[in-house]
Amino acid sequence: MNIIDRRLNPKGKSLANRQRFLRRARAQIVKAVRDASGTRSIQDINNGEKISIPADGLREPSFRRSGDGGVRDVVVPGNKDFVEGDRIKKPEQQSGDDGGSEGSPDGEGEDDFAFVLSRDEFLDIFLDDLELPDLVKKKLKQTESTTPTRAGYSVTGSPANLNIVRTMRNSLSRRIALNRPKPKELRDLEDEIKALAESGEDPERLSLLRVEFDRLAAKARRIPYIDPLDVRYSRFEHVPKPVTQAVMFCLMDVSGSMTEHMKDLAKRFFMLLYLFLTRRYRHVDVVFIRHTHEAAEVDEDTFFYSTETGGTVVSTALEEMDRVIKERFPPSDWNIYCAQASDGDNTSSDNAKTAGLLEEVILPVTQYFAYIEVGAEYKDWLGRDSDLWRTYKEAGRAADNFAMRRVRVRSQIFPVFRDLFSRERGDSAAWRLGEEAGP
Amino acid sequence: MSDTSDLLFTGADWDFEKVQRAYDAIEQIAKGEMGLVTYPNQIEVITAEQMLDAYSSIGMPLMYKHWSFGKHFARDETLYRKGMRGLAYEIVINSSPCISYIMEENSMAMQTLVIAHAAFGHNHFFANNSLFRQWTDARGILDYMEFAKSYIAKCEERHGHAAVERVLDAAHALMSHGVHKYPRKRTPDLRDEEKRAAERRAYQEQMFNDLWRTVPKKAAAKMDSQELAERKRRLGLPEENILYFLEKLAPKLADWQREIIRIVRKISQYFYPQKQTKMMNEGCATFTHYTIVNRLHEMGKLSDGAMLEILHSHTSVVFQPDFDDRRYSGINPYALGFAMMNDIKRMCEAPTDEDRAWFPHFAGNGDPYGTLREAWADYRDESFILQYLSPALIRKLRLFKIHDESDSPHMNVAAIHNERGYREVRKALARNYDIAHLEPDIQIVDVDLAGDRRLILHHFVESGQMLDEAETIRVLRHIANLWGYEVRLLEIESGTDVVLKTYDDVAPVAEL
Repeated sequence: MNIIDRRLNPKGKSLANRQRFLRRARAQIVKAVRDASGTRSIQDINNGEKISIPADGLREPSFRRSGDGGVRDVVVPGNKDFVEGDRIKKPEQQSGDDGGSEGSPDGEGEDDFAFVLSRDEFLDIFLDDLELPDLVKKKLKQTESTTPTRAGYSVTGSPANLNIVRTMRNSLSRRIALNRPKPKELRDLEDEIKALAESGEDPERLSLLRVEFDRLAAKARRIPYIDPLDVRYSRFEHVPKPVTQAVMFCLMDVSGSMTEHMKDLAKRFFMLLYLFLTRRYRHVDVVFIRHTHEAAEVDEDTFFYSTETGGTVVSTALEEMDRVIKERFPPSDWNIYCAQASDGDNTSSDNAKTAGLLEEVILPVTQYFAYIEVGAEYKDWLGRDSDLWRTYKEAGRAADNFAMRRVRVRSQIFPVFRDLFSRERGDSAAWRLGEEAGP
Repeated sequence: MSDTSDLLFTGADWDFEKVQRAYDAIEQIAKGEMGLVTYPNQIEVITAEQMLDAYSSIGMPLMYKHWSFGKHFARDETLYRKGMRGLAYEIVINSSPCISYIMEENSMAMQTLVIAHAAFGHNHFFANNSLFRQWTDARGILDYMEFAKSYIAKCEERHGHAAVERVLDAAHALMSHGVHKYPRKRTPDLRDEEKRAAERRAYQEQMFNDLWRTVPKKAAAKMDSQELAERKRRLGLPEENILYFLEKLAPKLADWQREIIRIVRKISQYFYPQKQTKMMNEGCATFTHYTIVNRLHEMGKLSDGAMLEILHSHTSVVFQPDFDDRRYSGINPYALGFAMMNDIKRMCEAPTDEDRAWFPHFAGNGDPYGTLREAWADYRDESFILQYLSPALIRKLRLFKIHDESDSPHMNVAAIHNERGYREVRKALARNYDIAHLEPDIQIVDVDLAGDRRLILHHFVESGQMLDEAETIRVLRHIANLWGYEVRLLEIESGTDVVLKTYDDVAPVAEL
């Protein structure tokens, strides 16, 4: 008998099969991922996902009998009280032929099944039609700055980092362990030999001493004072400074005119922004601010799923944002981003105030402010711009960290996002404000 | 059991030395007392994840790549992680040496059980059963799988994943119609397959396809029956091995596509005996492990605790719920096989008058293992039941036969476990295990050479059981893709030749 340990064999033998499976099921998975991203929260988008996909299209058909009709004889165990000739009423058939657990359309008992996509697989598919790497050119500067911090010792390094204390300590313990003769021992021995040789006494002891001296000298040569093994270098690690953090403000008008569809558009946009920022920064905070005629910071659920009514006063949101910045996110330490989604309604008396706040308070401290005007799916824009649109258009004209776009349907979100975030600074003259992204 | 020094092991942990000791003790009983003859054994320790890997690719250690294995893996993994399904304790491969996988997560008691079950029970069955001897080449299978894997990988490189996938999908759909069901002249030798594949290609390059030379003389008129017979003879029709027919004669396939079909066909053929002997094979392995661990326990080599653990898993394996139990999902092959083999042993050792009357040739012969070895060697599930299922066991399991006609509101109890019913029940149960009866009988009967080269198939309908329509159309589409022209399937009632249903002219959708 042979017994072989295969536990260390490469795992994931089925990885290639999994890839083929993913490729095969891609269309369904893309759909499932998109659906899933609608229901999950913004911060969760970065994790892997359990995806349920319909078995449709992943069928492995074969010739088989339909399972109903015909005559069949079956033998079953556990007869209690039947005798030959008994008649058993058939169980009720539920609506034609699909009953019992085999209710799926392929008759194979294959229902949808769930499997877990890894984080990368998920993002890959989620960002499938988005070219993230090219999104930011100069605009979002790499603000990562690092300081070297001591991080123990290493066996390699540059001479400048040689750690003498640690090296000598290693050398000493090695010499003690290997019993290397001390220089003093050798010197003493040498003196004694010299003395004996000069005096001419006790030649026997002299030759013994000479042999001993040779032995020790050879040993001292074999065991070097400092061995390459002893050498240690100080190691430094680059620890990022806390400036590599960003806060993202999500501003949304939640007055009655914002439909579920509009909120969904907004959410998708926020998700993309979040994903994008987490790839640039180590730490991203999200602040949700919703407003009607007054504004408040809320959690994500409330932000997207509660219904409020009331007038629309946009400036309150900007004021709230300003308050939160002052309180928790000093602009010197934080990269501040803001995305605002709105259907464009605003109380006309508020417009001037909003413009002032944006221009003088918000834009100076934010890295980037994106305004998304969300519209109903099947209604095209009326000829005229909304109040907010006109206000922002005016207020943002001079700023190069401000952009605005309109979105009506989901498919426009990626292009708009890409458009907003891939535009280089400095060519603001070329900005075609108010242009709607193509579908 | 005051003396613990006789014990093979104590505690749950296993190590290689303990496994070796247990193996030696098991071998002594298996070979010395039960007279089992096996292929040499190789035991491989793997992790749970590797076990998942292994059985998503139909249990073969080497397998070509295909998405359906990934799908099964994803499904199995999810079920396993959720705790909805345990892992098989073992996988054993019909090869020489016979490879048994054991999982590192198992306790030592479980390893003992698995070694007795797989390395001796299944191994003996593989090595001795006539179907396996006739149809499979245990020595060559791993080499062949290696060839298949690298061949298909090469095809993917050369022709692209998608093209290879299309052929494999189609071939998989026809897998159960890719076996020769009747014995051939020579025993298979998979080692030569690769060499022969090359020879075949060389030969085919010299030949042109004879199929299309049979241009009809009278184009529109009917061919006379003699000509028809000649044409069918030339094409080897009717042919029930659909994959074989397509591999040899489909006009549009490239050589590499034929080779892939051949690979799928060979694998299907390799697993064909397993399908026909599932119940016996599991019964044999279960009976073997049961006998062996009991002997070890008697001899004081297994502690009571280990024995209890083993019995716990043994009983859950052979559990057979009654038909009206919620857990009932057909007859458990482990339970039936184990019960029948135990019953044979009982009849050899302590027969009743009834047993003597029913089984005069072995009842009371006092040689249970010899009798069983003969049964294991010569039968498959269907014939085994027909030969060995005793009235005593029918009574014990309270088996009864139900007759079900689709248009009647009632099912009839046709026979029960009484004097009049035994033979009836036994015959019906055997038929439930008859592969030839279980799988629809579908044959290629003609190629319409005069017309548009349409391939014509017949399904010979038994007892009015028709094919599942949606599935059938999908499979026909696959056949059409391989064949390159339209395919027609007629469902014909056996005996009366009445055409019950026609699947008309399914056309290929894609160039392969």
